Amino acid sequence: MSIDGVAIDWLNFTPWSSLAGGALIGLAASLFVLFNGRIAGISGLLGSVLEGGEGRAEKGLFLLGLLLAPLLWGLFSVLPTIEFQSGWLGLLVAGLLVGVGTRYGSGCTSGHGVCGVSRLSPRSLVATFTFMAAGFVTVFVLRHLLGG
Amino acid sequence: MRKLTALLAGVLFGIGLLLAGMANPTKVLGFLDLAGAWDPSLALVMIGAIAVAAGPLAWAKRRAQSLLGAPMQLPAKRELDPRLIGGSLVFGIGWGIAGICPGPALAILLSGHWQVSVFVLAMLAGMLLFTALERRRSH
Repeated sequence: MSIDGVAIDWLNFTPWSSLAGGALIGLAASLFVLFNGRIAGISGLLGSVLEGGEGRAEKGLFLLGLLLAPLLWGLFSVLPTIEFQSGWLGLLVAGLLVGVGTRYGSGCTSGHGVCGVSRLSPRSLVATFTFMAAGFVTVFVLRHLLGG
Repeated sequence: MRKLTALLAGVLFGIGLLLAGMANPTKVLGFLDLAGAWDPSLALVMIGAIAVAAGPLAWAKRRAQSLLGAPMQLPAKRELDPRLIGGSLVFGIGWGIAGICPGPALAILLSGHWQVSVFVLAMLAGMLLFTALERRRSH
């Protein structure tokens, strides 16, 4: 742990691919709102499809596209590294919390963090601040207070 | 046509997540670990996404219909209720445990890692639990 401020991990810092990936995410969210009139919030779309809400076909197709992305990527290139840090119990607990939390909170990193913050929605600004803070604190507790 | 644009938007969204590094839980946790060796990459993902989406979303706000004639469905709710904050808190804790949020979970579901299947099943269970509790509340 660094005492005097934040130590940047320059080895793993990927500014250009992260900016470009972010721009693509922004482009996808733009297309969805410009053509379909909908917010690209993944937890909301998924919850709505599960509940059998309005616009199931369009929402389902967006989610299908998301599912197909790694397969399409794999046709042209090797998939980027995907490395997990948790065992099955951690994944189970994390998944449950993410499922329940995003539905009660009306959104996640995409709906609040990208679309809502872009619109300067007060609810999304508060939600994004809250889940980022909770994420920072959780990692601090798990890695630096309990783990080590 | 709207079905096609929905599918295309989903594919682009997934490719963007993969390219950005958001689909790698280790990288996400590296961003959330301020006290360790901090990887700020994911801040740039948000900056890139917002820079591109802000204009179109502002345009959408002033329109009643999309370019393909669909009704513009933007969230109208404004109040900051305990559900918004409590839910986001619970979500953030789950995100901090595994480094996975809903978009990346779906974008790597078919990548051949068993871990993501466990996460997605639990996430769907959590969502269904919410729906069940909501239905009970409204009866």
